Amino acid sequence: MSGRGLRPTPAEGAGDVLVGLADVSFGYDVDQVLTGVTLDVRASDFVGVVGPSGSGKTTLLRLLLGTERPQRGEVRRRAGLTVGYVPQLETVDWSFPVTVSECVLMARPGRRLPWPSREERAAVSRVLDRLGIGGLAGRHIRELSGGQQQRMFIARALLREPQLLLMDEPTSGVDVASRHDMLHLLGELNADGVAILLTTHDLNGVAAHLPGLVALNRTVVAAGSPHDVIAPAVLERTFGAPMEVLEHLGMRVVLDRYETDQASA
Amino acid sequence: MIETLLDPFGYEFFVKGVVVATMAGGLCGLVGVYIVLRGMSYIGHGLSHAVFGGFAASSIISVNYYIGAGVWGLASALAINRVTRTRRIGADAAIGVITTASFALGVALLTFFGNKGPSFDAALFGSIIGVRTVDLWVLAAVCVLAVAVVLLNYRALLFATFDPEVADVSGVRVARTDALLMLVLSLSILATLTIIGVTLVAATLVVPAVVARMLTDSFSRMLWLSSTVGAACGFVGMNLSYHLDVPSGTTIVLTGAAVFSVVLMLTGGRGLRRVGRVESTDPAPVPVGAPAR
Repeated sequence: MSGRGLRPTPAEGAGDVLVGLADVSFGYDVDQVLTGVTLDVRASDFVGVVGPSGSGKTTLLRLLLGTERPQRGEVRRRAGLTVGYVPQLETVDWSFPVTVSECVLMARPGRRLPWPSREERAAVSRVLDRLGIGGLAGRHIRELSGGQQQRMFIARALLREPQLLLMDEPTSGVDVASRHDMLHLLGELNADGVAILLTTHDLNGVAAHLPGLVALNRTVVAAGSPHDVIAPAVLERTFGAPMEVLEHLGMRVVLDRYETDQASA
Repeated sequence: MIETLLDPFGYEFFVKGVVVATMAGGLCGLVGVYIVLRGMSYIGHGLSHAVFGGFAASSIISVNYYIGAGVWGLASALAINRVTRTRRIGADAAIGVITTASFALGVALLTFFGNKGPSFDAALFGSIIGVRTVDLWVLAAVCVLAVAVVLLNYRALLFATFDPEVADVSGVRVARTDALLMLVLSLSILATLTIIGVTLVAATLVVPAVVARMLTDSFSRMLWLSSTVGAACGFVGMNLSYHLDVPSGTTIVLTGAAVFSVVLMLTGGRGLRRVGRVESTDPAPVPVGAPAR
């Protein structure tokens, strides 16, 4: 991952870039959401995009996915790139009548017949087992916990055997234990060769644990390791509020300056 | 009693009417699943009104009803689909503007030039008397087409209904799939309009699908349940229409409403939660391997 111009990465070749944005700007009607965004996602990346609400995180995902086209600049994708997408849980209609296996099978829309082939049934079973929800295949999606729902969507994305997994707030609405499990799972997937880019607003619980971060507020404010991005100056430019950063067991921890001031008063 | 019930089956027009009403109910039940799950229940109401504009125009210029109203209805459906996809105007507003204008134009045309085709009342409320053999064959053809479209595009339609954005990036041609659904919907309304009526078609699209949703959490089961409920309502409603001497569309819809009430009583809050009318509470995590509820 690189936000070019911010963190030059001469060691990385252009050949392993899966998708790249070059000076991309985008807006809805008169509302400019992203301006001059330059970002490469590489085959080995495990990147978190952090930023306040309305900073353009979801729009960035849409541009990477190709569901929105830039008004300026260029999006380049590696030929034949397969992308898996995991939406925000909050955007899903949980009363929709589908079971877990029906939902996962949606990832194979090419088959004409409604019923799954033997190969598809085996593939669904394998991916659900891998994600630890093999016993839930026949459940309605509303019956799952937040963590299980998130795993179901990851299963659906993985069924496409993607090279790149894009996730919109994957830890939103899940408890701490599920969040830890999720980060371990994503780490394993990345080690298996799947590039991952996720958005998050959780600096301490998620962002600080990721190998790479991009700070976004309508443009790329900073990109690099957590040490580069979780820094008071970068966070203040990104979130528009002063924040304090502590070092704890080699990890960066963010404190809200307002709360700190109140405590010392 | 049995003789009284079987008595109308001695008339050819009634047998034809029952067959058409049963097929129409099943067809609307099948298509209605997608309409209800997409939150576009109002579209059936709107499109039937739009088709009425075509009905009036084709009546005045003496063009075949299926051609005139079909072209008109399809154009309206595609216009709604296009306006909705721009995201600038909500689906409900797009339907409201396009279809009520079309209906108003139909009324104006009939007022100015008079009606030369099928009865105005039949178009509004449905009729068993006006069913011709050609209506039966047209409806049968539309039923075959609808079943073929649903079977051959099952996953694409399901994915585009559940989550169009993710479907789009997963290889589903969402715009094409949506247009195909609108085509089937327009043809379904066109083929059932004279038996059920402009004002009541929407109910035959919505009620069976809602009843089916209250009974199941599975999409595939919902499809056949809704079709079965729709067909049964068509059959029973048509018989009631004969015996009570009430327009067929009315009795078909009232039968559906009665089925809805019974299912609501039997399923209670669980059924309502399934159709999303009651806010569900956060679910407790389901242990993997726990028996299905």
